[in-house]
Amino acid sequence: MDKAFHFPIPTIEWFALLPILIVALTGICAFIVEMFQPKRENTLIVGISIGGLLVAAVALFLQMSEPLYSTASDLLLRDTFGSAMQWILLVACGLTILFSEGYLREKRIPFGEFYPLVLWSTVGAMIMASTTSLLVIFVGLEILSVSLYVMAGMSRSEEKSEESALKYFLLGAFASGFFLYGIAFVYGATGGLDLDFVGTAWAHHSETTRVLLVFGLAMMLIGLGFKTSLVPFHQWTPDVYQGAPTNVTAFMATASKIGAFAALWRVLAAFTVLGNYWVPVVSALAILTMFVGNFAALVQKDVKRVLGYSSIANAGYMLIAMVAHAKDFHVGASTLVYFLLSYTFMTLGAFAVVSLGAKAGTEGTKLEDLNGMWKRSPFAAIALLIFCASLIGIPPTAGFIGKFLLFFDALKTGLWPLALVLAVNSVISVYYYLGIARAAFVADSEETEQKLAKPSPAATSVYALCIAGVFGIAIFYAPVATFLAGK
Amino acid sequence: MYLLTILTFLPLLGAIALVVMSEKHVKSIKQVALLTSALTFLLSLGLLVKFDSNTYAFQLEDKQNWIPQLGIGYHMGLDGISLWLVLLTTLLSFIAVAYSMKVDVRVRAFLACLLTLEAAMIGSFLSLDLILFFVFFELTLIPMWLLINIWGGERRAHAANKFLIYTFAGSIFMLVGIVFLGYLQFKATGKMSFDIVLIQEQVAQGKLWANALQAEPFIFWAFAIALLVKTPAFPFHTWIPDTYSESPIAAPILSSVMVKMGTYGFLRFCLPLFPDALPNQTPILITLAVVGILYGAIVAAVQPDMRRVMAYSSLSHMGFVLLGIFSLTRIGMMGGAFQQLNHGITATILFLLIGFLYQRGGSTLFKDYSGLKSQMPIFAALFLIAMLSSVGLPGTNGFVGEFLALVGAFQSAYAGQFAIGIVVVAVFGVVLAAVYMLYMFQRVFYGEVVRAENRSLQDLRAPEIGLACILVAFILWGGLAPNTFMTPMQTSLDATLKMATAPATMRPYWSSESVEAKKLPAPQHKRVAMISKAGS
Repeated sequence: MDKAFHFPIPTIEWFALLPILIVALTGICAFIVEMFQPKRENTLIVGISIGGLLVAAVALFLQMSEPLYSTASDLLLRDTFGSAMQWILLVACGLTILFSEGYLREKRIPFGEFYPLVLWSTVGAMIMASTTSLLVIFVGLEILSVSLYVMAGMSRSEEKSEESALKYFLLGAFASGFFLYGIAFVYGATGGLDLDFVGTAWAHHSETTRVLLVFGLAMMLIGLGFKTSLVPFHQWTPDVYQGAPTNVTAFMATASKIGAFAALWRVLAAFTVLGNYWVPVVSALAILTMFVGNFAALVQKDVKRVLGYSSIANAGYMLIAMVAHAKDFHVGASTLVYFLLSYTFMTLGAFAVVSLGAKAGTEGTKLEDLNGMWKRSPFAAIALLIFCASLIGIPPTAGFIGKFLLFFDALKTGLWPLALVLAVNSVISVYYYLGIARAAFVADSEETEQKLAKPSPAATSVYALCIAGVFGIAIFYAPVATFLAGK
Repeated sequence: MYLLTILTFLPLLGAIALVVMSEKHVKSIKQVALLTSALTFLLSLGLLVKFDSNTYAFQLEDKQNWIPQLGIGYHMGLDGISLWLVLLTTLLSFIAVAYSMKVDVRVRAFLACLLTLEAAMIGSFLSLDLILFFVFFELTLIPMWLLINIWGGERRAHAANKFLIYTFAGSIFMLVGIVFLGYLQFKATGKMSFDIVLIQEQVAQGKLWANALQAEPFIFWAFAIALLVKTPAFPFHTWIPDTYSESPIAAPILSSVMVKMGTYGFLRFCLPLFPDALPNQTPILITLAVVGILYGAIVAAVQPDMRRVMAYSSLSHMGFVLLGIFSLTRIGMMGGAFQQLNHGITATILFLLIGFLYQRGGSTLFKDYSGLKSQMPIFAALFLIAMLSSVGLPGTNGFVGEFLALVGAFQSAYAGQFAIGIVVVAVFGVVLAAVYMLYMFQRVFYGEVVRAENRSLQDLRAPEIGLACILVAFILWGGLAPNTFMTPMQTSLDATLKMATAPATMRPYWSSESVEAKKLPAPQHKRVAMISKAGS
């Protein structure tokens, strides 16, 4: 007699899922509303999206004090790292939505679908941040990416937007393939998909399975390396960033990176036992990423490309925290969280200012297209200057504290060569960040004056919020860090 | 007592007030700025009243937690070394703001930048936490960058970027050094801290560097290079000619205080915190100082622009400050510390006068002027006094500072048998200063008036004369009664010298429990006693 197939119905702690569910439902609501709304009338959708995100934030806030637990057959993990990442994702998503409406109108892209897509994409990233199951990470990655592929091609009349979408799709699919391939090897070697389990498998396995495990890890590193745009897997980044609509680029540079970094962190932290294998590789990747990102940014003429390379360089900075974590268990997590939060404020803010280049259906993103901003909308120019100063790392901004934490972690764990490379790279980066800031302050001749749009009130509020963020989380580091650490 | 905090943030509040004001009310904008800087100056005079010159401990301290997780605190304090620098900052900022009343392009942003700079400079002179100091140190960058970039001359983009990149490149390595010091402090005491009072206590007892002696010279240079860039010293000086010649005149006036952040940093951080590295590194710094003195003076002599002459003369004069400080003798350090103030006063009055000329003639090039003495006699007279102070004529403040610095260098144990050579070479710097300053004076004020439009130049008006006369008063005061300025500095400088040169465990430290222990016997009192004894 056959034994009845027994499949345990997992018990689910719905409360842990709540923020993710709310954001997903908000996306669905926004989608339904979009169907009934006339084109170009998206204010209601924006309102719903922001409202949903706020509710999700409340749910997340209630979760912060919960203890660490996993639910749904260990497919979902509630821990402070995941919650902190979800916070940053909500911030990134909310800010993107806020400045998008004005931009999309100027750019004449009448897509209301953008809002549900961006929300669902955020859901994918949130899932990636709060699980230790490799397969769930993969599912999150796909939810994140598929929405982004659509969004990148949103500006259908523009060839470069199409190109951007296609390029992102092809390379993204490739990366997913690598990642999945790696998962398959790890599964083959250990018979498990949960990172906690996989990480402990090293100790009691034979030499042959160990080879498979290392290979699997390498494949996963490549897959996530694409998503986090580490050199040499970064080639797509500048092109895609340049071609995609600016608000999508802003989202890509922040939310998508946050999700991918969260996943990379989970994977590498779980494989600390294999540190001998991956620490030298990741250190080399970090050094390469920093130098290539910064040097390539020096010669760019397009602001979005500059910021694209800047995001590559920043990815290199963040790898330092990961390497430090492998050396010392206590170090690195809070640094990565803080750095990503500060990075979100300054990069998103910078993209929000650059989106002013869109006017009456066209968009200028060359450096000289920013000229005259200082006269036309001084607040935007000052905001851009502040974001650039923060990206450089000038105190008292969040970028400074972020770099300070990286220096601290690196020196504490004996990684002083990485600290020196970071210092040298900070100096190199000054030049191109100043180039962006200067472009906004250059004298205004008659012809350049008309190029820029006036910021909408929503966009202005994004600048204000980002400025508040850049200074706020630096000056009030102590409470912010305590909060993000869930204490 | 929150006096120091109020003093630091008052200008910043003024700047914020300016930013939120409507750009249309130009007059009230100017009034607010002038009032803020005047109020800050008056408030800073309160420091003189409160200051006790008998102790080297920090006074009027203000200590708060800022980021306790990382050991970063908000710690402000005043001692003899910072006292006069703060007063110099508030005075010169007031003069810079008063001078800038003539600006008519984007006045609001301009004055806001000046006030932010003032706040940053006051803050960095008062910070006792390394990170806090770094924050203020770097806060000067962006306003200065804006000043050059928006209101500067033709090559402003180049000058602004050069200024920022140079300064930032130096200071980012200082940040690495600071973080490393904090980490060493953690290893020594088990508690993170960037408070120099606490760090220096460990240094004084020889605990901090006990396990990191090899690292000490590297960290020393991480600090020293950042400070040398700021000072500026040879060979890190190349930003300063561009900055001075391309920025609006108010910027160099403030810049002549800003460069003191470099030499102040040496006195405050490099000497007390790296005593074991000093014996080997001091000769290098002395050499750089002397090369700077000579090189600056020679290059200044061939510049076509008064502002560039001033830039190179700054390099030369700041060389004397460095020479004095790193002679590591009592007299030399006093000379260096005093010369800091003198350079601030002298460079400012010269810049102010050059600025007045620029407002009238629209240029600072030599070729555009000649024979101004007949047109502008008062201007010429004031310029002459300023010039003589810069040259170092006895009776002016410049003489006292440079003379003491040279005497210090002569006595210095760190120069070895080269002491005489160093002094001889440095004295050539004084001679060359006379050459380039007199040359400048001759070209601008004597001869025939060549250009027709120069015949209609107006002499200085009463408010302008008043502004310049304040500084002239200080030139003479510093030259004739230097003790007014030196006495309050003495105790702190002596303590710093001991911290730098005494062997471990014999070094004094700021945090020692009893304030009485920090009181060194006051020499004046003894002298008074002796005189009265002789009288009886």
